[in-house]
Order: sequence, then C-alpha cells, then structure tokens
Amino acid sequence: MTDLQIHLEAFLQALAAGVLVGGIYGLMCVGLAMIFGIMRVINFAQGDLMMLGMYVTYFFFVMFGANWLAGSALGAYLSILLMMPVMFAVGYAAHLMLISRVTGRRTASLEGEGHYAQLILTLGIALILQNGGMMVFGPQLLSLRTPLSSSAWEIGPLWGDFVSVFVNKGRGIAALISVIAIVALGLLVNRSRLGKSLRAAADNPVAAYYMGIDVNRAYRIAFALGTCITALAGGLLATNYPFHPFVGLEFVIIMYAGVVLGGIGSILGAFWGGMVIGLVQQLSALVLPTQLQNAAIFVFFLLLVTLRPQGMFGRSAERT
Amino acid sequence: MKRLPTTLVLIAVAAAYLGATLLVDNAYHQLIFTLVLVWACFGLSWNMLSGYTGLVSFGHAAFFGLGAYACVLGQIHLGISPWLMIPLSAVLGAVAGLLVGLPTFRLRGHYFALSMLAYPLALLYVFEWLGLQEVTFPMMRENPARYMQFEEPRLYTLVAMALLLIFVQLTRYVERTRFGMALIAIKQNEAAAEAAGIDTLRWKLRAIALSGAIAGATGAFYAVVLLVVTPVSVFGMLVSAQALTVSMFGGVGTVWGPIIGAAILVPLGEILHAELGAAYPGIQGVILGIAIIAVILAAPEGVYWKVRDFLRRRGEGAGPAAPAARSTAAPTVTDGSAPAAAAPARDPDSDVAAAQPIPAQPCTGEVILDVRSVSRSFGGLKAVQNVSFQVRKGMILGIIGPNGAGKTTLFNLLNGFLKPDAGQILLNGVDMAGRKPHELCAAGVGRTFQIMRPFMRLTVAQNVKVGAYVKARSEAHADQLAADAIARVGLGDCADKVASVLTTRELRLMELARAVAGQPELLLLDETLAGLGHGEVDDVVSVIRSLSASGITIVIIEHTMQAMVKLVDEFVVLDHGEVLAVGDPQSITRDARVVEAYLGKKWSAKHA
Repeated sequence: MTDLQIHLEAFLQALAAGVLVGGIYGLMCVGLAMIFGIMRVINFAQGDLMMLGMYVTYFFFVMFGANWLAGSALGAYLSILLMMPVMFAVGYAAHLMLISRVTGRRTASLEGEGHYAQLILTLGIALILQNGGMMVFGPQLLSLRTPLSSSAWEIGPLWGDFVSVFVNKGRGIAALISVIAIVALGLLVNRSRLGKSLRAAADNPVAAYYMGIDVNRAYRIAFALGTCITALAGGLLATNYPFHPFVGLEFVIIMYAGVVLGGIGSILGAFWGGMVIGLVQQLSALVLPTQLQNAAIFVFFLLLVTLRPQGMFGRSAERT
Repeated sequence: MKRLPTTLVLIAVAAAYLGATLLVDNAYHQLIFTLVLVWACFGLSWNMLSGYTGLVSFGHAAFFGLGAYACVLGQIHLGISPWLMIPLSAVLGAVAGLLVGLPTFRLRGHYFALSMLAYPLALLYVFEWLGLQEVTFPMMRENPARYMQFEEPRLYTLVAMALLLIFVQLTRYVERTRFGMALIAIKQNEAAAEAAGIDTLRWKLRAIALSGAIAGATGAFYAVVLLVVTPVSVFGMLVSAQALTVSMFGGVGTVWGPIIGAAILVPLGEILHAELGAAYPGIQGVILGIAIIAVILAAPEGVYWKVRDFLRRRGEGAGPAAPAARSTAAPTVTDGSAPAAAAPARDPDSDVAAAQPIPAQPCTGEVILDVRSVSRSFGGLKAVQNVSFQVRKGMILGIIGPNGAGKTTLFNLLNGFLKPDAGQILLNGVDMAGRKPHELCAAGVGRTFQIMRPFMRLTVAQNVKVGAYVKARSEAHADQLAADAIARVGLGDCADKVASVLTTRELRLMELARAVAGQPELLLLDETLAGLGHGEVDDVVSVIRSLSASGITIVIIEHTMQAMVKLVDEFVVLDHGEVLAVGDPQSITRDARVVEAYLGKKWSAKHA
C-alpha cells in the first residue's frame, strides 16, 4: 500500500464517517429547527429531551429483551418507533403546561418579547431533566447494543487490492432512517394543510392569527414534532453511542450550531448545517489532534457565520 | 434627592452582609457568602453587555475563563500575585471582548446569541489540548497575604465585596450617562439609534470591553477562591448559563437584577447540594429547576421588575410622583394635545406661509446636497438608477413617485443605511457616499422614518436627548438641546410621557424633534405625514414650515400631493428608480409624464 493509498483511505473513511454522523446530526438539527425556526424560542432543553428519548428507547429495548426480541436489531428499531409517540406527547405537554406561558401573544409586552423568560424557563427544564435523569437512571453509561452496532459493510477495495471504506451497519441504517424521516417531514411541511399552518405561523404569527390559523396549536404541534424528531435522532444515536443523563449538553450546542449554519427558519438548511458539522468534525481528525475536533467545529462555525451572517440557506431582509 | 439614598442603601446592605459573615463559623457557609458575590459580579458583567444592549450573550464564560487561567498561570510561571493579576485579567478580558465583539457584532439577535456560545467552548477544548486540565495555585507559605492566600475565609468575602461595589458603581455610572443611553437606544431600535448619530458599533464595543473586563477580573478572583482551575469549571456552558440565570432571574437591565438573582439562587443551589446532594444525587438540580420555573412563570420579567411594578401600583397616588404621573398620562392624551397643536399655529411666519398656495420666490442659495448619478440595485432589481439632483440651502425639496419608485431606498443611500453601487453624494462639497448613518448625522444630516422608530420605553425627553448627544458637549447641554427641540415642534407638555402612550401625531413630532436635536443642516423626512388625520397633517406641516423658516434645509418624501404642493419649493419625481422630472410644483403637476406615472396612461390620455 502506497502513502497515497493510505492517505486516500483515511480520507474516504473520515468522509464516510462524516456523512453518517452528519446525517444523524442533521436530523437532530431539523428537530430543533422545527422549534427554533417556527417559534423562535431558544430551547436549552432540546438536548435533554433527546436524552430522555434515548432512555425511553432503552426502556422499550430492555422490555423486549426480556421477551422474544432479545438482542436482535429489530428490537432496537421497534423501540425507537414506540418511543416517538411518547416523546411527541412529552413535547406536547411541555408546551401546553410551560412553554406556552412565556411565548406567543401574551409575551408581546415583555422586554425582548419574552426571550429572557423563555431562556430561563428552558434552562430550568434542562436542569430538571438532567438531574432528574441522574436520580432515576443513575450516572452509568448505557447503550443499545445490537448485532449491527459492531459489524460493518466493506465498500471496495476501490484501488487494486487496497483502499476500502468500512461503514458501520448501525450508523449506516441510522443515517438512512434520518434521510427518510427528513423527506417525510419535508412532505408534511410542504404539502399538508398542517404544514401550511406551521409555515404561516412561522412567517408572521399575527397575520396567521388573523387568517384564522390557531397559532398556539401550530406552535404546540411544532414543539411536539421537534421534540419527537430530535428524540428519533437520539434513539438512532443510542444504537452506537453510549449515553448518560448529561449527554444532552454535548449535543445541544451542535444542534444550535447546525441550525444557525443552515440559516434560522430553514428546515432543510438545518439538515445541511448538521451534515456540515458532522463532516467538519470527522475530517478535522485527519489533520488535528482528537481533542481539537470539537474546537474545530466552533472555529469553523464562527468563520462561516461571520462571513455569511444569515447562514447557508437563510435570507436577510430588513426594512427601514 | 434620589442619588444619595441609593448609595447609602448600598453601603448599608454591604455592611450588613459583611456583618452577617461574622455570625457564620462553618467554612462551607463562608464560601457560599463569597460565591454569592462572585456570581453577582459575573451577572453584572453579563448585564453590562446583554442587559443594556439587548444582545444576549451565551458566551461570557470565555472572558471569565481567560481571567481565571491568566491568574493561575501568571502566578505559576511569572510569580505575579493575584493582587496584580486580577486587574491584569480585567485588561485581558477587555481585549478579549474587543476581539470577540469586532467580528460578532456583525450578527443580530439569535445569531449573535448563539455565536457567542462558540467562543468559550472552542477555548475549553483548546485548554484541554494544552494539557491544562487541572491547574492549582502553588501554596505560598512565606507571605500568604501577598498572594491572596488567607487563613481567614471572611477576607475573601471582603475582597469580593470590594469588587462588587466597584462594578456596581461602574454600572450605575454607565446607567446615567450617554453611555447607558446609547446602549438602551441600541436595544430599543438600532437603526434609529444609528440615524440619531449614535456610533452603535463603537458603543457596543465599549460595552463588551467593559463587560469582558468585569468578567475577567471576576474569573481571576474565582480562581483564587477555589485554588484550582479546570477548563469545564471556568469555560463550561454552565458558567455562561450562571451569568444568564442570575441576571434574568433577578431582572435584566438594572444593576439590582444580578445581585438579587445571585443572592437567591446561589445559596439555594449550594445548600440543596450540601443537604441533599449526598443522599439523592441530582435532587438539588431538580429542586433548583422547579424553583426557577416557578419564579419565572410568576415573574417573567425578573424579580426586581415584578417587585418594583407591584410597589409602584400599591404606592400610586400617595407614592412617588413620577410613576403616578406616567400612568395617568395615557387617558389625558387628548387634553394634552390641544395646547401642543396650538403652539406651532401661533407662529406668525408659518401662518403667512400656509396662506400662500405657492412659495413666492424659489430658493437660490448655495448647493448643500449634490446627488450625482447615484445607483443601487438589489440583485436584478435596479431600485435607484442614475439619480441626480441638487438641494439648495434653505429650500424644501419634495421627492414624489408611485409606490416602489425607490424613494426610501434613495433616502437610505443619502443617510448611509445603504451604500451606493455608483455615484457621488456631495454634502457641502464632500463626498459622503457609503459613510455610516451616525457619521452623516454628525455631518448634519437628520432623518425620520416611514415606519416610525421611537424608543418605546423612553420618555419623549429621553428619546429626543438621544438625538442631541451627537452635538452635545455634556449631559446638561444634551438636556438643553433636547428641550429646545421639543419646544420647536410644540411637544412641550408631552416631554415626560413614555413614547409608548403617544398618538401617531405626537410620535411623528417626537421623531422630528429627535432629528432636530442633532442640529442638522439638512433634514430627510420619510413620509412624515403618513397615517395622520386632516387636522393633524396641518399641524405637522406647519411645524415643518417653521423648521424650514429657522434655516434647516428639508427633503421630504410624501404621497399626499395636496399638502406637498403647498409645502415644497421644488419636486423631484421618481419612477422605477429613475428621475422622471424635476421642477417647481406648478410645472410638475402639469407634466404629462408625471400624471401618467401616477395615474396611468388611460387617465392621462382622457384628460390631456
């Protein structure tokens, strides 16, 4: 194997890893974009809601483990499927009981349109979820081990007998499901009546309200959907990434970086934002020490945002 | 009457707090006493930038952490005592603030807030990579006090209190000078602030430098108190969140907010941690979270503002005069407007002028503004193309044209919100094309907006004062210029009303006064008559006329032809971004092309 081949293989391997990780990051970001893009609420608890989704998935997984699906890959994906309505309900309830009190029309009179109150509220929710998770689930690392987590497809050899790319099956399937989920969500938002009301509420809540759209309901559904989608990403991640009650902190920042990179308000943009972050993270490992992988994300993020303040897909419009 | 008691209250509270530390023997409780002050200082740092400018920062840990590491590394490698390193860390924090602010202030709103997150997190990983996972202060047995290593933990509380008092005084100084006014104006409406002559970038940079300095010093002291520095404990997201939490919980935009927030949340968190943390790990976080949620649902604007509003409501009538007057001001708006409306009408000049349908002699003064072939496009849309015209001293020039003709874009080019793609804008012979609005304001170009941009939470007097700073030498001078401007537009009896209770007519006049307070030579008025009723139009027109009579040159965009024909000396007609015609009102109203542009071909053919 020549030097060139070694480098090429390392590059392709990092690229593949970046695309796979980026797919899951993209899905997480899309979940956040549903909330942040439509409601303009900075939800600090998003990562912790994802963590909750991981534990709910784990709960179903263990339940199946006691039965006939023990240890099979199907059990993990079935658990994820069952977790989604649960997290939709959690998001729905969180909005109904807490978030709705500091968003929408009643906050118009507050300083900064209630953003301060929203920030503190979601920080409070994050605190409760993290520490409550600690009390209920304990601090130990968990993961959903399936036969797929530790096996890989080999693509290649691409150059003579060398240069093969290995794709972890768990991650591959996760990335595939991410793409399917985003396509489905895209259809929902762009084609359905519900999607139209969501977009209208995002674009101009007051005008949407006058046109007879129940903006609060639209927000509630957006929040629940956003929670559910981020939790789906969490469930998929859990099949090949060990998690703990404070795992949300690691990802909430990646999510926001992705959403801002993609352009606030753009759902598809959020996916590409997450993808770019996954790629930067994995590709930077080729040239930087691993400790600096995450620093590279943030430096890249700052560079891009200062050069293109409205994000990759956002538009800026300001009238005087 | 108000200043002195605040300072006294401050000293009394500080003394009582220090007295209370004497009653506590437990070292852990003594540490809590110090930590409350540390987080209050950090909250004040956050409040200095985010509280006053409204630019929420999620990344204040960057400055805090740099200060902390500077302090510990300074002692280890250079042997410098924390007594010196704390002020040096403040300098470092200020420099970091400038370096962060310069690129990041290009961003607005949520983009700014979230981008700030990236700085401390990038630093966190860099410091881990540098191998600074856990850095400890070397013990100085020889001369511990010289290195701020006290046997007596209460001395740390004393130092912390001294720091806090310095930061409180700094904040209060900012609050009551043009510094604070500039920041508040930026928070309320950045474009208006810029047009009123405030160099928004410079003030924001000053704010972030000061904020960074406070955070740097606080971080350095925090390192000394804890004796050990780790990347997560000073750059972590929870550190940034702490600044946000104490400030927002206590109340944003006031010196008291972070102090109240820290005084409640820090002991609550620490005591819960100590009492329950061992038995049920995590329960302290849950209880703290519930407490935060409960308070924020009850008082979304923060404890300080909630309590203050409550006290004011109770004390109404018998209480302090200012809030009582403010709340009764709203229903008496109609009463108040009658004398105000009468004031400009009394001006004999304007009455005479109003009676004349067409100004007697066209102005022949020197050229004050010379617009030469100015163009600007947005993508494929040529909003303004090749526009040239001249404005002579003392004249009133009207710019008319159908919707979308490029009138407001032209104004934005003239006062610096937009940069022309080509062409020159000569103001008194100097090319000002592409200069920033505040520079143009300082050079004598005032401006009002089509969509009004008042600072809603400030009084009329404060609104106008913001506009006066550009020419004011001192606070008193600014007050005086503002009062003059308010009198000139006839809003004298509204001066103490909050902008949010004003009528459209009063708001229009207030915007005029704000522009006039900057002593402009040239005033750009963007649809100043829009949204006004019939009688109100006459009021505002006569104010404009009297401003013109006092020597201010005026360029006005307007749709209401009737009012314009009587008001202006000359028209520039725009259509599709181009100059269609220039001329005196009579010839313009008869110009077939103008009629066509306004009313369509059919109409002009029929009436030709």
